[in-house]
Amino acid sequence: MSVLVLAELDNHKLSPATARIVAAAAKLGPVDVLVSTSAAAEAASAIAGVTKILVSDIADLADGFANALFDLSARYDYLVAGASTLGKDVMPRLAAKLDIQPVTDIVAVDGPTRFTRPIYAGNALETVTDNQPKHVLTFRASAFQPAGQGGPAPVENIENTVVSAVKLIAQHRSESDIPDLSTAQIVVGGGVSVGSAEGFALIEKLGKTLGAAVGATRAAVDAGYAPNDWQVGQTGKIIAPDLYIAVGISGALQHLAGIQGAKKIIAINSDPEAPIVKIADVVLIGDLFEILPRLTAELEKLQLGR
Amino acid sequence: MKILVAVKRVVDHNVRIRVRPDGTGVETTGVRMSMNPFCKHAVEAAVQLAEKGQADEIVVVSIGPKTSNDVILTALAMGAHRGILVETDQPLETLAIAKLLAKVVAEEQPDLVLLGKQAVDDDSNHVGQMLAALTDRPQATFASEIKLSGTELEVTREVDYGRETIALPLPAIITADLRLNTPRNAALPMVMKARSKPLAVRPVAEFGVDLSPRLTVEKISPPAERLAGKTVGSVSDLAGVIVTVVNEMEAI
Ligand SMILES: Cc1cc2nc3c(=O)[nH]c(=O)nc-3n(C[C@H](O)[C@H](O)[C@H](O)COP(=O)(O)OP(=O)(O)OC[C@H]3O[C@@H](n4cnc5c(N)ncnc54)[C@H](O)[C@@H]3O)c2cc1C
Repeated sequence: MSVLVLAELDNHKLSPATARIVAAAAKLGPVDVLVSTSAAAEAASAIAGVTKILVSDIADLADGFANALFDLSARYDYLVAGASTLGKDVMPRLAAKLDIQPVTDIVAVDGPTRFTRPIYAGNALETVTDNQPKHVLTFRASAFQPAGQGGPAPVENIENTVVSAVKLIAQHRSESDIPDLSTAQIVVGGGVSVGSAEGFALIEKLGKTLGAAVGATRAAVDAGYAPNDWQVGQTGKIIAPDLYIAVGISGALQHLAGIQGAKKIIAINSDPEAPIVKIADVVLIGDLFEILPRLTAELEKLQLGR
Repeated sequence: MKILVAVKRVVDHNVRIRVRPDGTGVETTGVRMSMNPFCKHAVEAAVQLAEKGQADEIVVVSIGPKTSNDVILTALAMGAHRGILVETDQPLETLAIAKLLAKVVAEEQPDLVLLGKQAVDDDSNHVGQMLAALTDRPQATFASEIKLSGTELEVTREVDYGRETIALPLPAIITADLRLNTPRNAALPMVMKARSKPLAVRPVAEFGVDLSPRLTVEKISPPAERLAGKTVGSVSDLAGVIVTVVNEMEAI
């Protein structure tokens, strides 16, 4: 049973999510990887469990990738991507072209045709059997451990004949040296009570001390305190860090949907009745503006060395 | 320009759902239902295009049981002109929904189809993209801004790395994200007026689409429960906890 994985890129470089998707896909059969840049091809060829790399200079647009995967689909039993904006764009489009019902956002592979995925913002889990002749799947990267180093796998160039009707006009990328939110081990998240973009500097500072990524609630993003790619939750990023520190976050179910995979949750909140307090592993009740500077200073003293 | 908007009736997003103990699904009897929030943003976007004089007809379609009339009426009250209910009591997978919508698109020939990016029940995020494939139209998903000039659309989308702006020609498919707009609450006179707007009820069998499910649902289960932990009394205690956790992480 052969598998083709669509690689996940981050600004032309291979995203760390790809090694996680490959690890999940390897449970189904030998894995080939399709990438669109040669830099990413090299990185992908060094992932353990990858049999072959296919390179095609497809523009980063949904109809292009869907057509390219459609052209390659006869060779594979499984067509797989991450449950990222790319995977969400491409895989349903591909599935409909193949007359296949896709199974997306998979968090557990229970067998070659049996998969589990969250529904209702993670408040229920659905297990399905997919007995179709071909399988179109997306995996939630944060639910799987990354594959190790291996390879190098051989590289095959694929001719790209796809013309896209869509033109990319502008990208608004927030450049920073903060670790990748989707795969970070520690995440510090701030809510709307942080009060301003300047207030978020306190969150970022604590994050920096811990070598953590920074997240935000939708309310904080809507208020303009944090960029939208920091949003964690049902409609933002789904994360599964070892440690999530929720600062001034109420714990609305749409936010909790994004952090269900977190191993430990620490909550800092002024309200002992906040929903997050009921599910956090460790809680400190108090005013975040008093707590954060002192906490950051203490941790700096303790020199975590991360 | 003619716009088709697809809307879904779902368990209200503020309701905390309960998984049935026998694993057959989620309890929906006696639970408040409403229009899927993302669909509401799609309706609002269509109405705003009409208000700017860029659209002259908004047709709203829902697929589901008779009770889905509710959400069609909500859309009509917000400003859509007429409704279509594709009536079925059978639960449908997203591929079947997309095929039915493709039939409606073939009949109605809209220049633009607007949908919510995902439904808050199955959380699939499939239908817009599938409809785009079946009708061979370009797609712009996760839209947070739509500009129309002539027959070209400029759409800003919310993507993993931030935002991006793309251009695409009509006819096209757009799926709405929450930051696209603020949906209006229809005033009472609009709600009254909605009842007199045309609403066609069409049995699903009319469309000649194979609706048999492709997947077997084995079970629906509740996620692992998280229980409240301990409360610490001071910043130093919390710092100590964090150091312990980080050290444990490093050790693995
Ligand atoms: C369809 C839909 C999708 C959504 N998707 C998402 C999503 O993906 N992600 C998401 O986050 N939300 C999402 N939401 C919004 C969600 O429902 C909540 O509104 C949001 O998460 C609340 O954000 P918050 O915790 O920052 O704000 P609030 O709920 O307002 O909470 C603020 C918290 O800060 C505490 N606080 C106030 N002052 C202080 C202080 N000085 N010190 C310490 N604590 C303080 C308060 O006690 C409170 O608990 C969605 C909503 C809908 C309808």
